[in-house]
Amino acid sequence: MRLKALVAVLGVGAVVACAPVQSGPTSSGTDEQTGQLRVWLFDEVNRGPKEAVVKEAISEFQGKHSGVTVDVQYIQVSSRAERFKAAFSDPKSAPDVAEFGNTDLAGYVSAGGFSELDLSKWDESKDLVPTILDTAKVDGKTYGVPWFVGVRALYYRTDVFTELGLKPPTTLDEIAPLAREIRQRKPELIGISAGGKYLFAALPFIWAQGGEIAKSDGGKFTAAIDSAESRAGVAKYTELIKDDICPPATCAGNGGDASVEAFRAGKAAMTIGGDFNRKSVDASSAAGKYGVVPLPGKTKGSVAPAFAGGNLLGVMKGTQRKTLANEFTQLLASKKYQQKMYAAMGNLPTFTDVQKQVAESDKFLEPFTKTLQSGTKFVPVTPAWAKIEAQTVVPTMLQEIVTGAKNVDTATADAAKTMNAAFTS
Amino acid sequence: MTAKGQGRTAFAYLAPALLVLGGLLAYPIYQLVLISLYDYGQEQVSGGAPLEFLGLGNYQNLLGNQQFWGVLGQTVAFAAVCVVGTLLVGAFLAILATRVRTWVRMTLFLAALGAWSTPAVAGSTIWLFLFDANFGFVNEVLGIQGFSWTFDKWTAFGLVAAQVIWCSFPFVMVTLFAGIKAIPGEVLEAAALDGASAFRTAWSVTLPLLKPIILVVTIQSIIWDFKVFTQIYVMTNGGGIAGRNLVLNVYAYQQAFAASEYGLGAAIGVVMTVLLLGITMFYLRALRRSGEVL
Repeated sequence: MRLKALVAVLGVGAVVACAPVQSGPTSSGTDEQTGQLRVWLFDEVNRGPKEAVVKEAISEFQGKHSGVTVDVQYIQVSSRAERFKAAFSDPKSAPDVAEFGNTDLAGYVSAGGFSELDLSKWDESKDLVPTILDTAKVDGKTYGVPWFVGVRALYYRTDVFTELGLKPPTTLDEIAPLAREIRQRKPELIGISAGGKYLFAALPFIWAQGGEIAKSDGGKFTAAIDSAESRAGVAKYTELIKDDICPPATCAGNGGDASVEAFRAGKAAMTIGGDFNRKSVDASSAAGKYGVVPLPGKTKGSVAPAFAGGNLLGVMKGTQRKTLANEFTQLLASKKYQQKMYAAMGNLPTFTDVQKQVAESDKFLEPFTKTLQSGTKFVPVTPAWAKIEAQTVVPTMLQEIVTGAKNVDTATADAAKTMNAAFTS
Repeated sequence: MTAKGQGRTAFAYLAPALLVLGGLLAYPIYQLVLISLYDYGQEQVSGGAPLEFLGLGNYQNLLGNQQFWGVLGQTVAFAAVCVVGTLLVGAFLAILATRVRTWVRMTLFLAALGAWSTPAVAGSTIWLFLFDANFGFVNEVLGIQGFSWTFDKWTAFGLVAAQVIWCSFPFVMVTLFAGIKAIPGEVLEAAALDGASAFRTAWSVTLPLLKPIILVVTIQSIIWDFKVFTQIYVMTNGGGIAGRNLVLNVYAYQQAFAASEYGLGAAIGVVMTVLLLGITMFYLRALRRSGEVL
């Protein structure tokens, strides 16, 4: 009798919900010209200057459009995945305009979160650096405007180099021997602070050798991390995380922040750091005794292709104020406000001419703009990449090699297998 | 009243409890099983892609994965060490507490409550500070600055196990202490009059009387330690170097939820539920066979 009741209850349940829930299509047909425009921007450690620039843009925007208010919410970078997932699942809680990381783009677009942008009527858009604009595209369609970029270059300690009579490396192959020599002569120092989880430091080594993470054939990706060129790059990078340069016990678990932290603490002679690390290095024991050069490439005088990280501004698909959202995006991402953001936060602009301008006024930026202009590269633009990143495929591969658990050939082959599984699922 | 009528009355009395259980337990489990049968990612949740029924595809995928079996074995061994450690430390301190003076006992309880009430994330972080390679107090005392506890697979597991035991022994200690205190004095007195030694009293009188309580704390510990997430996630930075410190829960998070593969994640959840139910049933049956009334 009880069993029957239970079966009945389960039966009713099965009829009520015979498939997991899905929210409906998010695109709305309306395009209102007044009301409140909701904007999500990322919170920063020191948000004041950013907020001031954004407020300026808002008052300019509200001055042009009567009856429109702009409401900005600052969201945490660390919980962005949950916030955006929630926004996509429930359009009512979603903003109209949002700032987001360019590596998240493909996943957000396939989740149906952002709408395609038409930049053809926006004059300034033709000055956007093409390789940076590419980071805002999926399958040739543009879904965001690059707001700022971040690239990494080689930081080195000028005092150590002078003391030992050394010069910064001019080719990628020189880095390991140079770092080894420094550690030999100054055993308390790490030759170059590299990290087993520092994907964006490892990628230039792979790209400089002509390798790729994955190759795209008409939108269908296949892993290329196990190609001969990629393996050469992986070998070059993992060589750095050895006891005679950067001991695995210290370095294997490090990501970007921890790698730069060792340099800040004065424990490393070199590291790979971004233009965005400048302020924190200037507030450390390495302040005033460091220099920056572009990470050298395979041949003398060349620059290793850097990863073009950065944030985009985009318009959400569910917005009910499409025109206003587009206009606000173009205003905040305009040359004028990118310049202001550079002055306030040190964010590198995404327009060729504005980049040149700021580099001329600030010598520190030269290695970074030089890196940008010699061509940057990006991670595979596919939603599968978000999965590969969440599953820590590449860091695990690097760590397996530096701990000796697997050799380069096996580790890259296994990583390629996992990636291909993600690409085809 | 007929037998049928009696059954009906009994059912009516049980109905409210059944409803609550159904709402809080059966429905979520039903949803979990349902989701585990679909290819259910972020695209499907937000309506960007159609649902695809996979049947047992997610399970096939999971059970055919070598890493899953490795992680499962690791989880079982890790949980076993934590359970045994927790019970031993808890029992030892509970007995100690019955034998010492009041102020010592108070101090012991306060210290244990402190460990118990520390949030897992805070506790893990504090332990990491204590065992930091360069600035940690422990390395300073031992004179081994620069030694990384979290790099090697086994020292990392050992450190996390110690932290888990540290934050879960107070429950065992307090429960067992209450149990020991609840044993009537007459029973122990009778044993003493019969000339039983202290060991004999503990083995043949105290322990059998404590059995139901030990049963509860053991099952609790097994379930808790099998599901450890925070300590591994925080202390080994998401599963250790090259993922060699992964346990099932962290693995499920990393492979499935962080990667928005909710179908696969649900499948891992179902497997974990089945495993835990199995362990608990096995344990209960073993106890029943040994003559315990449950």
